[in-house]
Amino acid sequence: MTQPLLKVENAETYYGNIRALSGVDIEVQKGEIVCLIGANGAGKSTLMMTICGAQPARTGRIIFEGTDITRMPTHEIARLRIAQSPEGRRIFQRMTVTENLQMGASLDKLAYYKEDVEKMFTLFPRLKERQHQRAGTLSGGEQQMLSIARALMARPKLLLLDEPSLGLAPLIIKQIFEAIRVLNKETALTVFLVEQNAFAALKLSDRGYVMVNGRVTMSGPSKELLANPEVRAAYLEGGHH
Amino acid sequence: MDGEPMEYFIQQTVNGITLGSIYGMIAIGYTMVYGIIGMINFAHGDIFMLGAFAALITFLVLTGLVAGFPVVAALIVMMAVAILMASLWNWTIERIAYRPLRGSFRLAPLITAIGMSIVLSNFIQVTQGPRNKPIPQLVSEVYDVFGISISLKQILIVIITVVMMTAFWYLVNRTSLGRAQRATEQDRKMAALLGVDVDRTISITFIMGAALAAVAGTMYLMYYGVAVFTDGFTPGVKAFTAAVLGGIGSLPGALLGGLLIGLIESLWSAYFSIDYKDVATFSILAIVLIFKPSGILGRPEIEKV
Ligand SMILES: Nc1ncnc2c1ncn2[C@@H]1O[C@H](COP(=O)(O)OP(=O)(O)O)[C@@H](O)[C@H]1O
Ligand SMILES: [Mg+2]
Repeated sequence: MTQPLLKVENAETYYGNIRALSGVDIEVQKGEIVCLIGANGAGKSTLMMTICGAQPARTGRIIFEGTDITRMPTHEIARLRIAQSPEGRRIFQRMTVTENLQMGASLDKLAYYKEDVEKMFTLFPRLKERQHQRAGTLSGGEQQMLSIARALMARPKLLLLDEPSLGLAPLIIKQIFEAIRVLNKETALTVFLVEQNAFAALKLSDRGYVMVNGRVTMSGPSKELLANPEVRAAYLEGGHH
Repeated sequence: MDGEPMEYFIQQTVNGITLGSIYGMIAIGYTMVYGIIGMINFAHGDIFMLGAFAALITFLVLTGLVAGFPVVAALIVMMAVAILMASLWNWTIERIAYRPLRGSFRLAPLITAIGMSIVLSNFIQVTQGPRNKPIPQLVSEVYDVFGISISLKQILIVIITVVMMTAFWYLVNRTSLGRAQRATEQDRKMAALLGVDVDRTISITFIMGAALAAVAGTMYLMYYGVAVFTDGFTPGVKAFTAAVLGGIGSLPGALLGGLLIGLIESLWSAYFSIDYKDVATFSILAIVLIFKPSGILGRPEIEKV
């Protein structure tokens, strides 16, 4: 196997004295869609922030393209082209849609802005209609699209998506997951996706990890996880599909 | 009272706008820093005072070196040196006194800011003496416009304020630096996730506020012809009041608040007792805040998440 794009080695992250991640090992290969599923409070968002250096690991290592980024400041990690659409979307409410997208493109000083923004408008036509609007006035689904588009404007090598389906109508979720699938197929974009919507996430991804109480308890090809009786009992039955 | 009542009123209004422009320029520094890190930089008034002293010393050096130094050139050099010195101080204060406290309890940076304010004013008191330091009248032309006397100083102050405010508006609303500042203001962590160097952006904000305060300090020195170490307190507190009145965090609010306070002071002194002008200013502040706690152009706090 070639060197993974992202490798999380034995990562432990704390909030004060409370340990949120315990010895987490995860790998993402170039061009893959990898998902991380787990119940509320399992530590999924913490892992996303740990990768980005916003909640750095106390022990263990995060390796991106062979470089140790464990202690690197968040903005420098972003410059290595790891982009995140975080939990809760975190769009800039008092900026316009356009300005939010410009924020995403600021790594290249807007050099590819015109070209890339057209791609985003093709992917999410709703954003085009709303481009001059204040982002705070968008609907939840539109805000999620904006959050993903803003991350994509950075031309990421690795896209981190934290619960893109949270609180959205099924039709919108379908659109967003379809957009991720298309991006991965057409541009070989590497995606690391966190979801509580386990069924949809496992359907979309190549491989998956299951997290319980800050530990990875299971991993494997998504097809196998989908068929796994334990996974089915815990995350799929009586659930989202 | 001299002249016609209407002319007297307009005269006082002109004076009020001049003073208000200076307050407005200082207020921007309070409001920008509050917007980006949510703290009141109590040393900002002293940065203004320091700017005035830097301009004063520059003037003395220039006129000491060259007799008959052209006034316009002198003013430009004074302003440049004042900007440089004030920026350097404000940048340093942020680096050594505020940044280490980021993320600690809310009162800590506030107390430190008051400490920094005392340090700066004592420093100037010790090095420049406790008394008023005068400079000769730099610009003395006065024009009579329909019975109202408008001095060239006043015209200069208003023009420079308009130019500085326009430049600031452009910087904040139309450049990538301004966008990064607004992003940092709204969600610091998200800004960092998008590659914004948050510490650097905050430093630049302190420098920008200091630069405006230094311009205001130079104008203040030119207008009144004296500087004293307590200037950080008196106009400083007025400018802070202006920022709160206009809505702390709002750039247009800072200018509006400054102009209002300048006008209230000037008109109150003209028609009522000059001794009570500060009482009038703060009463109006209190009244506005009762009806609109976030200030005239301020956002309601709920939107700040
Ligand atoms: N800012 C924080 N401070 C303290 N504890 C936190 C913080 N954020 C999350 N936690 C705790 O860390 C654990 C993992 O949370 P999180 O990563 O948000 O889980 P998930 O995204 O899987 O729902 C939870 O127990 C949560 O309460
Ligand atoms: Mg989460």
